Amino acid sequence: MSGLFFFGLVARNLLRHRLRSALTLAGIMIAIVAFGLLRTVVDAWYAGAEATSAKRLITRNAISLIFPLPISYLQRIRQIAGVATVSYANWFAGVYIDEKNFFPQFAIEPKSYLALYPEFVLPPDALSAFLKDQGGAIAGRRVAEQYGWKVGDVVPLRGTIYPGEWRFVLRGIYTGAEPKIDETNLFFHWNYLNEEQKKQPGGRQDHVGIYIIGLQRAVEAARVSRDIDALFKNSMAETLTETEKAFQLGFVAMTEAILVVVQIVSLFVIAIILAVAANTMTMAVRERRREYATLQALGFGSRHVLGLIVGESLFLSVSGGLLGIGLTFPVAKAFAARVGTLFPIFTVSTTTVALAFGAAGLVGLAAGLFAAIGAKESIASALRDAP
Amino acid sequence: MGTMVEVADVSKSYRRGDRRIPVLSGINLAIAEGDFVALMGPSGSGKSTLLNLIAGIDHPDAGAIRIGGVDITRLDESALAGWRAANVGFVFQFYNLLPVLTAFENVELPLLLTRLTKRERREHIELVLRLVDLEERKDHYPGQLSGGEQQRVAIARAVVTDPALIVADEPTGDLDRNSARGVLALLGRLNRDLGKTIILVTHDHLAAASAHAIMQLDKGELINEASNLSGRID
Repeated sequence: MSGLFFFGLVARNLLRHRLRSALTLAGIMIAIVAFGLLRTVVDAWYAGAEATSAKRLITRNAISLIFPLPISYLQRIRQIAGVATVSYANWFAGVYIDEKNFFPQFAIEPKSYLALYPEFVLPPDALSAFLKDQGGAIAGRRVAEQYGWKVGDVVPLRGTIYPGEWRFVLRGIYTGAEPKIDETNLFFHWNYLNEEQKKQPGGRQDHVGIYIIGLQRAVEAARVSRDIDALFKNSMAETLTETEKAFQLGFVAMTEAILVVVQIVSLFVIAIILAVAANTMTMAVRERRREYATLQALGFGSRHVLGLIVGESLFLSVSGGLLGIGLTFPVAKAFAARVGTLFPIFTVSTTTVALAFGAAGLVGLAAGLFAAIGAKESIASALRDAP
Repeated sequence: MGTMVEVADVSKSYRRGDRRIPVLSGINLAIAEGDFVALMGPSGSGKSTLLNLIAGIDHPDAGAIRIGGVDITRLDESALAGWRAANVGFVFQFYNLLPVLTAFENVELPLLLTRLTKRERREHIELVLRLVDLEERKDHYPGQLSGGEQQRVAIARAVVTDPALIVADEPTGDLDRNSARGVLALLGRLNRDLGKTIILVTHDHLAAASAHAIMQLDKGELINEASNLSGRID
């Protein structure tokens, strides 16, 4: 059968029951959007781990992340062979106006920290202004856009871990060097936090949440980790050092059950569209039993008929899939805008697009084969029994 | 004239649940090239089954069927499909045209399995549509044609590859008397003018009268063969 005739016949068959085809197409499209969104949520969860560097280690308190480490460890870590740079940071957890306005805030040692994270791109004048102003802060583009901040604005935060009203002058807005870089952070001077803590009772001064270690060579990660932890063995604050990726994945693991559910739901979505497409194709094939039998009587082989059925199913599924993929982008954008900084990176990845397209293709293939195999019968009986 | 169809000791049964229901038993017949034979018999006598076996769309349980010297019972599915495409034209009771294709495209279907160019295909189709007097309606869809016209399109489709054998299963069963006469006359012309061997299954004595010979089937057995030269309808 000539290709043009074949595609023409497939297209005309699809248009025989326009409403049924349109509803199936819409069903597949919506399911692919749902699949794409769920996959993007999973990707967003792993975004922190994806943006990590193999040349960075994180050292934290071995008991728990909530226990700090003394700042005095800084010089000792620097002396370990293979360590290029050491910086440190504290999780701040302040509230901006209302608790629903969540975004990450860190007290950092600016010079060493920003040297370790060149992916946070700051204009030179903004960097200079930030370094000079101990009460200054820098924020990511997305969080600044969300709250309408401009350079020079004062950002008030109500401390939770570190009580009190904190006010930071925004000295710069950084952008990510790549799309996968989180642009929702706010960074301010660790010294500012520490000086304020010295004024408070409770002995929280001179402690950091984590150390960030820049390696000379990534291959030395395991050895340097062991050396750091060995150095503080049997001390008051033993350390646990791991790669930045392992550290980030530790956070993901805390919510792994949710992720598993999301992934299962995304598979259910595919199963549902398979059922919808298979149902449509089964109905279509049943209605055309006599036509397919006639084609075979005329000399067309089983593979021609199979090609017509699977071709129609594929055409329907892939069209719905492509429309769904196209729609996933604006829907994901709207979703990201709606959830604000909850998901710092919420972009539809190439992998998600490929998976969605592959799922649509597989659904089309499986639904077509299911319908064709289900309708398999002899030419004579189809000609005799078909309505 | 040589033998076109040779059926030797053919039996066929169908399975219904655990039971085997015999449909044809020990059928022997021969049809000469260029002959026009009507198969008659009551419902369930096995005439359509015999026609399907001769046309190669069903397989006998036992026996041999030779068409133009080829034992089609020895062909596998793929070879049988190719053989049907080249050697058999089908005319069905309910026309079996594809509703999404125009008359022209329906007639074109069997030609898609040949190596003819698009231009050669068009020439063949126009020729047969002229033959069935439907040239003007080639762009109409089956739903826009009367029953008689649809059956004439089906006949055009059956002859477009110039097969030696045409099998027609109740071709007038769904038509009014006038349309039926037109279709039978057309089949008669194909037989007489183009030398096609035609096997016609029918309940209708008027339709059977257009054949040269009538074969009667009853309860799966061939009970007689009668010459019918006097009743031809042109």
